[in-house]
Order: sequence, then C-alpha cells, then structure tokens
Amino acid sequence: MLSALTLILTCQLVGELVTRFLGLPLPGPVAGMVLLFALLAIKRNVPRDVGVVADTLLKNLALLFVPAGVGVMAHFGLLGQDWLPISVALVGSTLATIAVTGLVMSRLARASAAGDGDANNG
Amino acid sequence: MADMNEVWVYLSASPLMFLTLTLAAFQAGTWLYDRSGHKPFLNPVLTAVILVVGLLTLSNTNYETYFEGAQFVHFLLGPATVALAIPLYRQFDRVRRSALALITSLLCGSLTAIGTATGLGWLLGASRETLMSLAPKSVTAPVAMGITEQLGGLPSLTAVLVILTGILGAILGPPLLTLIGVKDQRARGLALGTASHGIGTARALRTNELAGAFSGLAMGLNALATAILLPILWRLFF
Repeated sequence: MLSALTLILTCQLVGELVTRFLGLPLPGPVAGMVLLFALLAIKRNVPRDVGVVADTLLKNLALLFVPAGVGVMAHFGLLGQDWLPISVALVGSTLATIAVTGLVMSRLARASAAGDGDANNG
Repeated sequence: MADMNEVWVYLSASPLMFLTLTLAAFQAGTWLYDRSGHKPFLNPVLTAVILVVGLLTLSNTNYETYFEGAQFVHFLLGPATVALAIPLYRQFDRVRRSALALITSLLCGSLTAIGTATGLGWLLGASRETLMSLAPKSVTAPVAMGITEQLGGLPSLTAVLVILTGILGAILGPPLLTLIGVKDQRARGLALGTASHGIGTARALRTNELAGAFSGLAMGLNALATAILLPILWRLFF
C-alpha cells in the first residue's frame, strides 16, 4: 500500500522534473502517467498493491475536482458580464466536440476492426 | 461553554472543517445521484460545488480560506492522473489496435473544441480576455491554465471554465452519444476524455474500464495537441 503510493508519487515527481527541465507543454502528472505506464510495460504486469491504490484513487476521481469547481465563486463578476457568450460557447462546444470525436472514432474504429484479420492492412 | 465565535475562528483556521465539508458535500451529491437512479443532471460534482458555494457564501467565507483546507483533496488530482496508467495498461492491446483511428479522431475533436469555443464566444461578443480564457476549456486544468497564461488571458477563470466544461460533458455526453448512435465503448471514452478531460474520464470509468482507458488517454493527448495547436491558431486568427 505504502510502496504503491510511493511509486505513484515518485512517477509524478519525476514527471514534474522532466517537463520543467525540457520545457514540455505537458503537465507533470501526465508525464508521470507515461512513466508509470512504461514501468508496467517493462514489468509486464500490474503489482497487486499498485492496482488497488490506483483503483481507489480513480473510483473517487470526480471528488478531486470539487475544490477547483468551487473556484467559480471567485469569478461570479466576470461570468455575469459575459454570461451569454460563455454559456453558449461552453454548451455548444462541448456538445460539438463530443459528437465529432465520437462519430469519427466509431466510423474509423469500425473500419479498422473490419481490417483486423487482414495481414496486409498493417 | 466556549463562545461560538471563538470556536468558529478556531475551526476556520484549520484545514479540518473545509476538508470535511468537501467530502460531505460530495457524499451528499453521490447519494442524491444514486437515489435518483443516476439522473445525469444530478452529477455529484455539480451538487457538491453548489452545496459548498452556498455554505461558503452563507458563512461569508472567501475561496482562499476554503482552499487552504480543500487543497489536500485538490492535491490528489496529480497522483490520480498518474494512476490512469493502470487502466491504460490493462486495455493497451485494444488501444494499440485502434491507434490510427484514435489519433485522427482526437485531432478532429481537439480542433472542434478550440474552433467552436472561440468561434461561438466571438460571434456572441465575448471580450478578448474571456475568449483567451475560453479557448483551452476542454483541456485538463493545469495545462489549460498554462495555455491561457501564454495567450494573455486569466488562468483562474480558465480553471473554472474547464471544470464547468467537465461537468457539462459528464452530464450531456453519454445521452448525446447514445442519441447519435455511438455505442462503441472506445469511441464513447475517447469523446468524453477529449471534450471534458478528467471529469469526463471519471464519468467514463464509472460505466466501463475500456471507455475509461480511452478517455484517460484522450485527456493526456488532447492536452498535448491543444498546447501545440492553440497558440499557432490564435496567431493566425487574432
């Protein structure tokens, strides 16, 4: 349990250091995710502890966004001023992005799955 | 008996109260969501945010004081992001098999997010500052804030718009995908992660691990794509 948490935090720390030093346009934790993924790929399995800690964190992922969401109260002024463009842009753009990504992926994935058995389709 | 005021001063200076409030509000949100038979608009994050903002406003507490307690929850976002490597690893065979489709759809989604957010905002007369803060709204908060800062917008406003986008995507996304006939779990996860980052991923993980893996991956890749594309597009159009 403790060793799994240490491993996850170490990946995050290394991720932060690497992105800062190389000036990558990525958040440290995303680099940490890539690093942990690489370690798992080398080890070729997920240690039980690591799986348990990760599943616990991810089961409660939504909770972790609450503190940032409460930040809305610090911006009522600006949000009120531009409420119409902001709300239309947020709703419209979120719907459009989900529809476009979902439709393109389901068409392309279906096409590639159909070619799965075909060796020349590489 | 101690003076109520003294007790309040003591409690509001320690992280205990606002940490507990955050957890309790989210529990209440989850309870309501489960009780309602998972009505999308009773999203637990939304309920929790409304409850906490209401209580802070009533007790005249500012956001900075609240955040001193709530930062412990906020901090765990980092380790949780790292932990997304696990569902990704478990599902990697299926990710690899659809890599080309994945990258193509992700780029389409990323451009749609940037284009429609700034386009709609511009058409309806949003200020320049708002537009800059709105542009990276589909990207996970730390990266979105960095992009906004680079453009010259308000990073803290971006953080709020990012969370609102996440909640909207988690509420509207699954019914929309069902409505337009997207049943493939890979496509559903990818769409939620691209449009609404971690909150979309949390929603995807709730129903299906395959969708969750694609969603987490989409969140990371969209952060990268937007960080590269947005500054270039901005210079072309504004």
